[in-house]
Amino acid sequence: MSAVPKTPALPYAMLRPGRIVAWTVLFLGGIVMVTPLLYMFSTSLKSAGQVYDLRLIPADPTLANYIKVLSDGRFMRWFFNSVLIATIVTLSCLFFDSLVAYTLAKFRFPGRYVVFLAILSTLMIPTEMLVIPWYLMASKFGWVDTYWGIAFPGLMTAFGVFLMKQFFETVPDDFLEAARIDGLNEFAIWWKVALPLVTPALSALAIFTFLGNWTAFFWPLIVTTDQSLYTLPVGLSSFAVEQSIQWEQIMTGAALATIPTLLIFLFFQRYIVRGVMLAGVKG
Amino acid sequence: MRLASLLRRTLLVATAATGFFACCLGSAQAVEIQYWQYVFDTRVQAMTQLIKQFEAENPGITVKQVTFPYADYQTRLIAAKAAGRGPEVMQLFYGWLDTFIAGKLIQPLSKELFKETEIEQEFFPIVSAMKRNGQYYGLPTAVRCMALFYNKDLFQKAGLDPEKPPQTLDEMVAAAKAIVKRDAAGNYTQVGMALDIARQDHNWWREILVRQFGGESYSADGAKVAYNSEAGRKALEFYTSLQKMHHVGQESFMDEGQAAFRSGLAGMVVDGTFRIASYKTIQTFKWGVAELPTVDGKRANFGSYFANAIGVGASGEKLAAADKFLAFVSSEKAMNVWLDKVGELPARRSVALTDANIKDPIYGPFIRGLGYAVTPPMTNELAQRQVSIDMINSVLLKDAPIADALQAAAEREQAVLDKARSK
Amino acid sequence: MTATTIPRRNKGPGSVWGKLSIATKQTVWAWAFLALPLLFFTVVRFYPTLEAFYLSVTDWDLLSEARFIGLENYRRLFADPAFWQVFRNTFAYLIFGTPIAILLSFAVAYYLDRVTVLHGFIRALYFLPYLTTAAAMAWVWRWFYQPPPIGVINSLLAVFGIPAQPFLRSVDQALPAIMVTSIWAHLGFQIIIFMAGLRAIPTSYYEAARVDGLGEGAILTRITIPLLKPTTVFLVIFSSIGFLRIFDQVYNMTSNDPGGPLNSTKPLVLMIYQTAFSSYQMGYAAAQTVVLFTILFTISMAQLWILRSR
Repeated sequence: MSAVPKTPALPYAMLRPGRIVAWTVLFLGGIVMVTPLLYMFSTSLKSAGQVYDLRLIPADPTLANYIKVLSDGRFMRWFFNSVLIATIVTLSCLFFDSLVAYTLAKFRFPGRYVVFLAILSTLMIPTEMLVIPWYLMASKFGWVDTYWGIAFPGLMTAFGVFLMKQFFETVPDDFLEAARIDGLNEFAIWWKVALPLVTPALSALAIFTFLGNWTAFFWPLIVTTDQSLYTLPVGLSSFAVEQSIQWEQIMTGAALATIPTLLIFLFFQRYIVRGVMLAGVKG
Repeated sequence: MRLASLLRRTLLVATAATGFFACCLGSAQAVEIQYWQYVFDTRVQAMTQLIKQFEAENPGITVKQVTFPYADYQTRLIAAKAAGRGPEVMQLFYGWLDTFIAGKLIQPLSKELFKETEIEQEFFPIVSAMKRNGQYYGLPTAVRCMALFYNKDLFQKAGLDPEKPPQTLDEMVAAAKAIVKRDAAGNYTQVGMALDIARQDHNWWREILVRQFGGESYSADGAKVAYNSEAGRKALEFYTSLQKMHHVGQESFMDEGQAAFRSGLAGMVVDGTFRIASYKTIQTFKWGVAELPTVDGKRANFGSYFANAIGVGASGEKLAAADKFLAFVSSEKAMNVWLDKVGELPARRSVALTDANIKDPIYGPFIRGLGYAVTPPMTNELAQRQVSIDMINSVLLKDAPIADALQAAAEREQAVLDKARSK
Repeated sequence: MTATTIPRRNKGPGSVWGKLSIATKQTVWAWAFLALPLLFFTVVRFYPTLEAFYLSVTDWDLLSEARFIGLENYRRLFADPAFWQVFRNTFAYLIFGTPIAILLSFAVAYYLDRVTVLHGFIRALYFLPYLTTAAAMAWVWRWFYQPPPIGVINSLLAVFGIPAQPFLRSVDQALPAIMVTSIWAHLGFQIIIFMAGLRAIPTSYYEAARVDGLGEGAILTRITIPLLKPTTVFLVIFSSIGFLRIFDQVYNMTSNDPGGPLNSTKPLVLMIYQTAFSSYQMGYAAAQTVVLFTILFTISMAQLWILRSR
């Protein structure tokens, strides 16, 4: 699938020195951008006494911090919780958001615009405003300290509907009609004909939703009291507060929270960037 | 779609089987109760150990420990109660008792199991702050007060006698001046005093320095702010002068006072008994404890404690289990574990005032301090604490005049007290 | 398109279903698909919104029954100087954060787009921070901002002879310090979006412009920037909403004195959190959330209006 074309390198020999300067500034800027990450990893490899020695490369690297933090046992649990929640919510969003978007894009029925506007309007409502009613709802129904409690607000999103609708509108109606003639019911048409045609958008949505849920902090913080149900960001925050400023421990925790996303990025860099770009173009 | 229907059927069977087994396993004999406290590293560890011991001695009971950050702790309890889910045993600061009773979070202790006369005989007198209308609502495992921790190695290097810690406030300032080191740019590389408003210094100012300079922090019933006085001004002046005039320390040096002390870059720090266990892990230098320095020969100290209480929702089996657990964590055995793991002094006099403890170079000064410590009633501890923090910050960061800052804080805190009492 | 060629799969030829028109069948299918999602949005978005508005006019504090008190919460809020400090802070995050973020990300995207050497690597460098967890990185930055001898930034400043800065311990520097953390985290996302927008501009436009003799600067202002408008609007609104709702960084970087020192960094969402979960005043907190909603709505509408296509 061809991405949008790159701006070609322009043959301006006169600007060469300018371009070198630009490249250097950009490169150094990039290094500055990842410096916090570098220091985080570097400190996680230092022992307590060396933390205050500000060299980037540890003098005496040690994995002791990682061993200590991982043997704590809670980190694996928090990691698992985050993976579970993010995956469930992402799958749910992919399913429902695209179903709704498809319906709004391809079906003619009374109330179509009203429904679309109503769903879009929910984008205006900040989650912070809903958190207290959600908490009350969760308390009443016993969803506090459950995976359902953490996941339920995010199972369908207006952002996803909006994004997918843009892409479904580009699906030619003829394909769908042909499928109808072939005798497929509407659900099958969506599942087998329309969805495959928007896979780039689906992967973009998957990436955003997964990332958003992986790094979510506010709501999981509120709805969980039991440490064994914390997601990784919440767990890390409580871990950091517990550690009474033992920086090497805190940095190790932060590193462990970051490594999974970095690995995913390394493997899926192209798809992730393409997904973000697609969303931006259509947004 | 044979595969699909096969999958569906397998799923159904699996679910049914799991459900069946879950039902069978679900009828465990153990009674499970929950214990809630806020996050404080050594206390959580101590409680974990105590729970293990308790469960070993009481095989039919399991205790689950749940912890929260300090700022959220009270709300979580209240929210849980609103949802009908509170813990059977919970930790509370003595100052929160009125709020907890008003919020119907706790029930009074059973008079048969926890006899009033016994309590008053065995525990330190400050335990009476847990009594309302002739009923005790909780018992502490440990009590604590404050003292001066000092780094013996730094004292020696500065030419001071490591076995003769400062006795008066002036001596303390002089010692701090001898120890503090700054680099060419004026940055602190070593401080004489580790300052940390948010942790203990606000208590040091409000409950100790104010008294030493001749004033009171609150009226006897705790309803009125009393530190807006000459004594209060002198106390605030002194505390802020440590950073502004004497330049012996700086707030947030090493981010937290106790971190500065642990790293060996602070000569002294005012801290509480609860810090002992954490400081005992220090390996890089020798340290000692001294009673808080005097002002004109006056001594003062602030005694406080966290107690454990029984949740209002506990009844029947769970109440019996909760009673057993509370009795266990208030027992002599538990107190000694606490002393060892956290460093807080046993709440029972006989356990605390052993010869060994009194003569101990570390516990001794605290025990002596406990003898004249005051435990003022508190109403809304978080809000009151914030008032002190903001007041000191306004002097340090905004150069507010002492009298103005003090006045503003007094008014603000009085409003907090009034609001709480009007409920 | 014949209407009658749809074979009857599940129902007999004389069934109700077979007799319905296509339009009606479409409607039935549409509502069938939408039923569950609409129920979800109602329960999770609309009903809680109404409940929040309702709570905001009560004095509920979890301890006793909720009482209707009209606009008392709002009166109290607007009379509280702490609220106005929080209001100023929130807008400070917005007014300084968004322009800086947009300008910076555009500049990087513009030049990065022209880079061929190590393009992917450099792009990755800028994008990585976006993938990190705000809570985790807030602690890293907090460590960076420490005073000497442990603060990384202050040590760097010392190399250049600049005196140590208090950063998080200063009522003036704390908010910008935290804002930098937030800008840093989102820069990568904005750069990628800008790059997508840049690449969507057909090169023929540039060629035509060069043929016409326009210089690079003119091309930038007369072609690139105007054509990037939809992208820019999208990012401005997205970024504004993000800054108005900032929480994770502030919470984790000021954990010992949240929103401090002296409320100089406290944004509205942190105030809401404290009111609801440290002071358990649910009614008062709900009123604050309504104020947040109003601000977000107004700002977004204003931006859409100001930046609308002419």
